[in-house]
Amino acid sequence: MDPHSLKKLNALRRERNAAILLTDLGDGRDRVIGEGDAVAGTLGEAVARAFRSGKSGVAEVDGRQFFLNVHLPAPRLVVIGAVHISQALAPMAKIAGFDLTIIDPRTAFASPERFPDVALHAEWPDEALARQPLDAYTALAALTHDPKIDDPALKAAFEAECFYIGALGSRKTHAKRVERLIDLGVAGEMLERIDAPIGLDIGAATPAEIAVAVLGSVIRALRTRGLDGGGLPS
Amino acid sequence: MSDLVQRDHARDPLMIAEEWMRAGRDVAIATVVETWGSAPRPVGSHLVIDTEGNFEGSVSGGCVEGAVVAEAADVLAEGKPRMLEFGVADETAWEVGLSCGGRIRVFVERLG
Repeated sequence: MDPHSLKKLNALRRERNAAILLTDLGDGRDRVIGEGDAVAGTLGEAVARAFRSGKSGVAEVDGRQFFLNVHLPAPRLVVIGAVHISQALAPMAKIAGFDLTIIDPRTAFASPERFPDVALHAEWPDEALARQPLDAYTALAALTHDPKIDDPALKAAFEAECFYIGALGSRKTHAKRVERLIDLGVAGEMLERIDAPIGLDIGAATPAEIAVAVLGSVIRALRTRGLDGGGLPS
Repeated sequence: MSDLVQRDHARDPLMIAEEWMRAGRDVAIATVVETWGSAPRPVGSHLVIDTEGNFEGSVSGGCVEGAVVAEAADVLAEGKPRMLEFGVADETAWEVGLSCGGRIRVFVERLG
């Protein structure tokens, strides 16, 4: 591996950018391709497919074998609201491999006693998200029931193209939310992407069960991204 | 959360390879490039090895690491990459094998 490739690849990964290390298995020469970089021809098609599916693999192009190692950022879950559901969701998300952040400006809710070992920010979503912006590898679950807190975070999630956006509330509550978000400038068709009522339809009743349903929805969204692109050619 | 991310990076073979390189150590990188059947580690997994035989990461969850580390010493000495293939343990064609019955191809190359 070229030392420059390694440095470039690691730098992209530290910044949470998707990247592919392309290695010619014949001579070992390699290069780093960032998401959006132009690659021509059949190899370019294989690169685009690999970014979409997130799957690493060997592609044969013009009689040469290339290995495409896809590095996607680790999935994050940002929860708006230090509520009862969040208390159950925090350890579950951690076990499932998500990097979890909880944001709630209400300091009585967002206390370290209620959330030990959790990245907890007792501030408004705008402030916390300015420091650590949302991105396409982040899921956002809005759980406060309070429009003042949830709505700006939902708007930010649309702008960042989060892979999952969910919001707590009944159908009636959600209809009102949709109207408010349109007033905030979120395009109507984007709002269909919101998972609401939040979570898989498993008849969840308790906060812990709702947390399971939410996590299930997030995992489904993560694992079904780009599947229409298919795998690598064998 | 930054703590979590840093802890993950501390275990990340490619981040470790960069650290070792900056410390002036010679490093080999082994990568799982293909798997068949029930392979223990997914395609893209890395094992990084230095000339002292120190290693981090995993290409098979422990089944063939010893053989890969030994081959890496040759790759570090010669500089030319090589492709290794490991299959089921009871086949005589392979010296070491995967007890799970899968088959993997591992690309071993020198860094630099």
